[in-house]
Amino acid sequence: MRIALFVTCLADTLFPSVAQATVTLLERLGHEVVFPQEQTCCGQMHVNTGYQRDALGVVRHHVEVFEPYDVIVAPSGSCVGSVRHQHTLVARRAGESGLVRRAESVATRTYELSELLVDVLGVEDVGATFPHRVTYHPTCHSLRMLGVGDKPLRLLRRVRGLDLVELPRADECCGFGGTFALKNADTSTAMLADKMRHVLETGAEVCTAGDSSCLMHLGGGLSRLRTGVRTVHLAEILASTEPAPADGHSAVAR
Amino acid sequence: MSTFLGLPVHASTSVSHLEGEQPFPAAARHALADAQLRRNLGRATRTIRDKRAAVVGEVPDWEELRDAGRSIKAATMARLPQLLEQLEEQVTAAGGTVHWARDAAEANAIVTRIVRATGADEVVKVKSMATQEIGLDEALEAAGIAAWETDLAELIVQLGEDRPSHILVPAIHRNRREIQEIFRRTMPGLGTPVPPELSEDPHELVMLARAHLRRKFLAARVAVSGANFAVAETGTLSVVESEGNGRMCLTLPRTLVTVMGIEKVVPTWDDLEVFLQLLPRSSTGERMNPYTSFWTGVHPGDGPQEFHLVLLDNGRTAALADEVGREALHCIRCSACLNVCPVYERTGGHAYGSVYPGPIGAVLSPLLTGVTGDGVNDSLPYASSLCGACYEVCPVKIDLPGILVELRAQHVEAASRTNRLPSAEAVAMKAAAWSMRDPARWSLAQRAGRLARLLGRRSDGAERRITSLPPPLDAWTSSRDLPRPPRETFREWWGRERR
Repeated sequence: MRIALFVTCLADTLFPSVAQATVTLLERLGHEVVFPQEQTCCGQMHVNTGYQRDALGVVRHHVEVFEPYDVIVAPSGSCVGSVRHQHTLVARRAGESGLVRRAESVATRTYELSELLVDVLGVEDVGATFPHRVTYHPTCHSLRMLGVGDKPLRLLRRVRGLDLVELPRADECCGFGGTFALKNADTSTAMLADKMRHVLETGAEVCTAGDSSCLMHLGGGLSRLRTGVRTVHLAEILASTEPAPADGHSAVAR
Repeated sequence: MSTFLGLPVHASTSVSHLEGEQPFPAAARHALADAQLRRNLGRATRTIRDKRAAVVGEVPDWEELRDAGRSIKAATMARLPQLLEQLEEQVTAAGGTVHWARDAAEANAIVTRIVRATGADEVVKVKSMATQEIGLDEALEAAGIAAWETDLAELIVQLGEDRPSHILVPAIHRNRREIQEIFRRTMPGLGTPVPPELSEDPHELVMLARAHLRRKFLAARVAVSGANFAVAETGTLSVVESEGNGRMCLTLPRTLVTVMGIEKVVPTWDDLEVFLQLLPRSSTGERMNPYTSFWTGVHPGDGPQEFHLVLLDNGRTAALADEVGREALHCIRCSACLNVCPVYERTGGHAYGSVYPGPIGAVLSPLLTGVTGDGVNDSLPYASSLCGACYEVCPVKIDLPGILVELRAQHVEAASRTNRLPSAEAVAMKAAAWSMRDPARWSLAQRAGRLARLLGRRSDGAERRITSLPPPLDAWTSSRDLPRPPRETFREWWGRERR
């Protein structure tokens, strides 16, 4: 299958290893990955901060870039959530009915990584090896906006050597929330503190999730407290194989 | 021909208790520093949350019920004027008197006038959000009328000279030890002797409150209530409650005054059936609430002989005029969204300033008072990480994250109209959007961002990360490190490896 990679601005700029892992994984499964080089960002930061008018041009650009592709994947629940639920909203609010239809069409072809693997490609065992004790944090947008359910867990359970431990109160937000982390830094930090406590309770070496943004937040806190727990994106775990297992590029240590 | 009467008016914040003094981040800081408050809230919200999940889980058609609730509310809002007039006709036909109040000041004046006409100098109150919203207790007090709250938690708040912090459990921020202290301090002055051996045992505390409340119920000539529902087809009002204090207030006094937000009307009894299933499970986590009272006008020799219904607008028609925000008027005040909200759980209700806290308060308060661009309530839509837990539990499926995002946009647009100079944030957002519309500009911006590599410090051993940034980004590095930007972006790697 020919799959267009929607890299997300965050992975492109700060976490290229996550995007590289997505490419590695999909190619290993026998698919062709293309990277539409004109892409920039989905505009979620603008929408969620109140700058919907500024977001309009960004949304239009995204739709134009990805329109030609049948299957689009992003290693992010949040950015796919934005494409699926916010792009039509922005276009509708601006009164651009043509863009609403085009955005709707792109949205139906855009998948979060675990959705693509399980629903579209029909695989759960991706042939990965990752011999570490891992806990999984379901990010809010993948859980509630997209409803990925246990797909990431099903993928993780099939990874060789991986010891999956359940995260207590997993469905609670880590406190990132985009610019919420800056505008309400104290509340965000209080939420982060509780999430970190739950991660540490599991005794896991690695905390994984499907969003680099939440992992940046969680990893930033875990690193600040020198907990030794690393954050590794789901794509990186699924991409790792023997004999050279990913050494868990810590989101923060890079 | 129709006559344009002007735009609907927002609620004034000088009389209504709909806006605090400080923006949310500042108010939240006090709450976050209060370890006792956070423990009380954490324990209480977790308990209610688990109870709700259990009783909702046993209803096989819960999702269908939610859809029905949402549809009934949407249909009601679409013909609110007709339904309110029908309600007025039916209440009047049953012997009640209907009053229309544009705002808090009008509603308070109407209630004060009614109570004065009875000659009473005190009233008993059923727990009511509407009367809290309009500051009725304070208005009555200013007129020399004492208003006694009879819901146990409201009583605790009133005696503690405190403010409610939750829609359903207004004293959720208090624990039993604090309540024991409040009762010890205040009950003797009210003529209720406190046994010297009073412990913090809930049963003992409740029995003490009961002794106080019994005297009030039996002596009261006027009661003031809110309403959970009003059935337009028969003019029937309804209050659902747990303690029986409502039943006492609604049946014993000679005069009953009900203050009700205009959005509480439902068309028929059939519609009520849906909400009476949704509300108790969502709010207290019970299959059915212990007391459900209905009353239709007055009946000789049975219950109140005089009934007044005050229909309150106070910004509701302004909210109704908002295409996205009007959905917030569907709220049935169950408070499930508060109990699951990670922000509410950590900051508590007072941080929201308004009597409506939590996710619903973060949308309802600014919708009622208006988004101005620089108001205190403009900070409320940002008091959310948009995690969506509220939307998931809302019994009438209000898209709370969607309304929060819309109100943020309204705030930004209002601010750009009122401020002569754009804020630093607005400039940064415009610049970001400009670069994101064009891949060449975007690559350039990414390369500029890589300068942040210089900030990567050797903090412990070989790991390099950014541990401090200048304002406003210091809000990030106050508690989290930031990864050092990599040498190469993904697109550079792809260009080098794959083309």
